[in-house]
Amino acid sequence: MEDIGNLMHGFAVALTWKNTVFMFVGILLGVLIGVLPGLGGANGIAILLPLTFSMPPTSAIIMLSCIYWGALFGGAITSVLFNIPGEPWSVATTFDGYPMAQKGRAGEALTAAFTSSFVGAFFAIVLITFLAPLVAKFALQFGPPEYFAIQFLTFASFVGMGREPPVKTIASMMIGFALAAVGIDTVTGTLRMTYGLPTLLQGFDFLIAVIGLFGLGEIFLTMEEGLSFKGKSGRIDPKVVLKTWAELPRYWATSLRSCVIGCWMGITPGGATPASFMSYGMARRFAKRKEKFGEGEIEGVVAPETAAHAAGTSALLPMLTLGIPGSPTAAVLLGGLLIWGLQPGPLLFVEKKDFVWGLIASMYLGNIVGLLVVLTTVPWWASILRIPFAIIAPIIVVICAIGAYTVHNNMFDVVMMVVFGVVGYVFKKLKYPLAPFVLALVLGDMAETAFRQSMLVSGGNVGVFWSNWLVGSIVTLGIVILLWPMMVALRERARGRPAGTGA
Amino acid sequence: MKSSLRRTFVAAGLTVAVAASFPALAAWEPTKPVEFIVPAGTGGGADQMARFIQGVVAKNNLMKQPLIVVNKSGGAGAEGFLEVKNAKGDPNKIIITLSNLFTTPLATGVPFNWKDLTPVAMLALDEFVLWVNAESPYKTPADYMAAIKAADNGKYKMAGTGSKQEDQIITVAIDKATGKKLTYVPFKGGGDVAVQLVGKHVDSSVNNPIEAVAHWRAGALRPLCVFDTQPMAYTAKVTATQAWGDIPTCKSQGLDVEYLMLRGIFMPSGVTQDQVDFYVDLFKKVRATPEWKKFTEDGAFKNTFMTGKEFADWAAAAEKHHKQLMQEAGFIAK
Repeated sequence: MEDIGNLMHGFAVALTWKNTVFMFVGILLGVLIGVLPGLGGANGIAILLPLTFSMPPTSAIIMLSCIYWGALFGGAITSVLFNIPGEPWSVATTFDGYPMAQKGRAGEALTAAFTSSFVGAFFAIVLITFLAPLVAKFALQFGPPEYFAIQFLTFASFVGMGREPPVKTIASMMIGFALAAVGIDTVTGTLRMTYGLPTLLQGFDFLIAVIGLFGLGEIFLTMEEGLSFKGKSGRIDPKVVLKTWAELPRYWATSLRSCVIGCWMGITPGGATPASFMSYGMARRFAKRKEKFGEGEIEGVVAPETAAHAAGTSALLPMLTLGIPGSPTAAVLLGGLLIWGLQPGPLLFVEKKDFVWGLIASMYLGNIVGLLVVLTTVPWWASILRIPFAIIAPIIVVICAIGAYTVHNNMFDVVMMVVFGVVGYVFKKLKYPLAPFVLALVLGDMAETAFRQSMLVSGGNVGVFWSNWLVGSIVTLGIVILLWPMMVALRERARGRPAGTGA
Repeated sequence: MKSSLRRTFVAAGLTVAVAASFPALAAWEPTKPVEFIVPAGTGGGADQMARFIQGVVAKNNLMKQPLIVVNKSGGAGAEGFLEVKNAKGDPNKIIITLSNLFTTPLATGVPFNWKDLTPVAMLALDEFVLWVNAESPYKTPADYMAAIKAADNGKYKMAGTGSKQEDQIITVAIDKATGKKLTYVPFKGGGDVAVQLVGKHVDSSVNNPIEAVAHWRAGALRPLCVFDTQPMAYTAKVTATQAWGDIPTCKSQGLDVEYLMLRGIFMPSGVTQDQVDFYVDLFKKVRATPEWKKFTEDGAFKNTFMTGKEFADWAAAAEKHHKQLMQEAGFIAK
């Protein structure tokens, strides 16, 4: 049990009063960064990184990773309250979190989100603590075909689950794919669909699209319904946290499944955003009350939040052991490690024990501190909804605009955000689903690159997706999940019942 | 009376001396925060260097105004370069460049050229090393070349960062030297490339030292040769038996390919000499810090510093070289 001893030593390092202060500062900054859409963990840490050069590396990484936890927590707040995902991985949280808030259950939704975040992260930390070397070896198995298989599985678990007609789902997804293709193409190094416009060089950023589609689109819709000067009459109950906690154990299966999906995606490294989508899709598929999803099911908040945090946390593992970042934020942290003179890689665990175990201990502590901080603020956050729409809406629009601007420091992005806002409004009016659009925009690019890399490696042979047990089983699982609803429908028809009524 | 008069003279003399020895005080310095543009994403080599410099400048108080790093990575860096090109006469903007200064306009056809910018200083050159998996049978470049020559076209796979950029240019040069084609598989970042090689999904890479060093030290990767005219200058042991300096040059091993990547600073055109001098001086100070020394040693950078005409001449030659390499490879956008 050498690991336990190391961990205890780590706690000693992390619990010096100085490091504890950094921890709190980090969490608070992180929550703030997470709340502001667009700023995001990666940007926030990049901005603060140079400030840490004069600190000892261990304190610096403790503070920065606490910012990371804080941002992970904070991303859920605006998703639930205003339908604006503060971070890409919070998009799936809006699907059920926002309807819950609309029904005056914001406190419950937030408590569920924060608690699930904590559970997911905690699961991942335990995994890191005890399985780090083993898991790192596993990540090495992932070449381009395996990456594609993972992306495929994410799509498969998400597609075919909406209430909208499949034609609309496919149309929405195709628009997402088309927009994802704009900008530089990694595989050929040439520009696509930029039409000589410098503003299109960077392509369509997922965050800007999401802020517009969800945040502004929602505001347009509310405006159409008439400017009400009354706030939501959501009762603010300080006991809401305890009440929600009493309810949560019921969803242990969803929670466990989401933990596993999240860790898997973080390590491989698929990342937190696909993890949250995949987990939401799976939760819906296995849920008893499928049709309630999207109308404010607490399970629909638990699943994506748990997975996003499990992924976000376990993404640090490949970064430390292999030097590959599992998320954009991890990429910036990686840069920080190098600047502090630490070489991430297999030897980090051997040579810099203080640092590694201090970091791991700070993950435990940071998460507990983070949970306490955000839970105590739940009633306050929920009370924001009592502010009349006419007052809060302009504030939200301003925050959205600032968020869109900060993504690339580009004014054109703010214009794009408004355009996406109108698109979001039109989509909702015409009853086209937004989720497939967003999913395609965020994963389209990655999936395409992985597919074409696989084709390069195999010389154009599709058999590469069944070339070993790992990739073969993921792809087969994806196909089964994709075709499952069709098979169920066929079986039901064979039994003489009209398809669809049993769903 | 006499003494007071003398004192006045001395004081006057001192004033003159002070004024003469500090002309820099009257010289230009930034009047608002300086935007430090990185034409690449967060976490990459250029980004790391820029943020490192930002940290060193802040820590040592080398500048009164803050230095703010901004990533403009769109279109393989074209976004960042276009912004500097269009900021004519703005002295509060600088950009760190990598080889995409030369390759991006050629590969994408986006209209900019290094001559649209004012060269400030070359900070260092980044080396490229030919790596194979440590479990592969190739101990020398000759072993690997022989295997490539004996196999069919496209059998051996080279992973690299991006497309039609430095890694692929080197790969094409190797193709030319061996007479056989390698399959080039582009990835987003150098870290991914190194891990793909460790996982044996490809056969080789041309990672920069800093991208692969962790895996070399862990015994997972093996360096075969460095694409430079002479071995690297660092003699401290990196692994139990080898230092960076022990890696032979590719040319000496019968693989006649050379390539180095620019890590330099440019600013918009139409700025005054005073303004350029300020930044030259700033980067001289940065390079004098112990932090910089450690940073370049960790990354095995080639510590070459150039400014003014010397740097401009270097850039002109480098541009010509890239144009020729990319023309031969068929990478030029039509």
